[in-house]
Amino acid sequence: MSTIAEYAIVILLLTGGFFTLVGAIGLARLPDFYSRLHGPTKATTVGIGSIVMASVVFFSTRGEGIGISEVLIVVFLFITAPVSANIMAKAAMHMGIDPAKGTRGHPWDQ
Amino acid sequence: MMTIALQITIGMVVIAALLNVYRLIKGPDAPDRVLALDTLYINAIGLIILLGITLGTRLYLESALLIAVMGFVGTVALAKYLKRGSVIE
Amino acid sequence: MLDRLTFPQPYLSLLLFIVWQFLSNGVSGASIVMGLILAWLIPQITRGFWPERRAFVNAWKLPGYIGIVLLDIVVASVSVAKLILGGREPKSIFVSYPLELEHPLAIAILASTISLTPGTVSADVSDDNKLLLIHALDADNADEVISSIRERYERRLKEMFQ
Repeated sequence: MSTIAEYAIVILLLTGGFFTLVGAIGLARLPDFYSRLHGPTKATTVGIGSIVMASVVFFSTRGEGIGISEVLIVVFLFITAPVSANIMAKAAMHMGIDPAKGTRGHPWDQ
Repeated sequence: MMTIALQITIGMVVIAALLNVYRLIKGPDAPDRVLALDTLYINAIGLIILLGITLGTRLYLESALLIAVMGFVGTVALAKYLKRGSVIE
Repeated sequence: MLDRLTFPQPYLSLLLFIVWQFLSNGVSGASIVMGLILAWLIPQITRGFWPERRAFVNAWKLPGYIGIVLLDIVVASVSVAKLILGGREPKSIFVSYPLELEHPLAIAILASTISLTPGTVSADVSDDNKLLLIHALDADNADEVISSIRERYERRLKEMFQ
């Protein structure tokens, strides 16, 4: 394996782990449900995206062909993450969960 | 060098999963728990891909794809249940 | 009977065929036959769910749009990571975004884009497709959020869905 590929894998892995961790810290730390919703979308998009790119680079430098299944995982997550975030926000608004103090504006109640 | 980076990344994803479990236990409301479960399955996908890199095999990618599909369906079903009181109307 | 043998959604059929080739680990005779069967069967089964309106007049602008969204995801992730690790309480805001788009698919793409870029989540669409409820994690005022989304994403989507 060439040195450049190894550096690329290391950087991609650490970026992915970092953003996954940041998303989880946000989930644990932020004050109300609506701001916690921001954590998973970020962990999905950047974190898993970087880890999967590391996997693609790793397996293609080993001469096993370019990994297509990995790309399918990322595309699927990118399509589904907004849908699940949206439906969870709708459920929270339907249950009347209050946003944290200091939030300007207000959720609809339809 | 790559082995060390791999171990650090696995550690970070495991800590992330533990933080999700904290949110899953603490709540305080049902949507928070659904959100924690949603994040947990996404972290599980990341762990499976990292395991595949560690072992040098691509066999596990299919299961990661399956978890992605099933996790999405589960999240939507749970959120729909919270919203309407039933999954299939 | 004859329209049962056609492909009612050509783009969907093409997408299904390509995805099946990816899933089956390399193109072979069996995967092509199975891909063709799936590309015919799935649109036929789900044809009742698809709206009649034609979408994507300028589909060739889509790759550029995806590139801009990916770039924004990376840039915005760093700023949200700073906010989460910084210890400062975020100044959250709910914004009612007046939509200029009319096509349902265009609204769905815009809402997905808003949710994917860190810092904003689209929470709801009003029943008449005129308003989009957005929760911004950290913004000074509503006009800032509205104008940035309108400049960056909605204008480009309007060019695609004339």
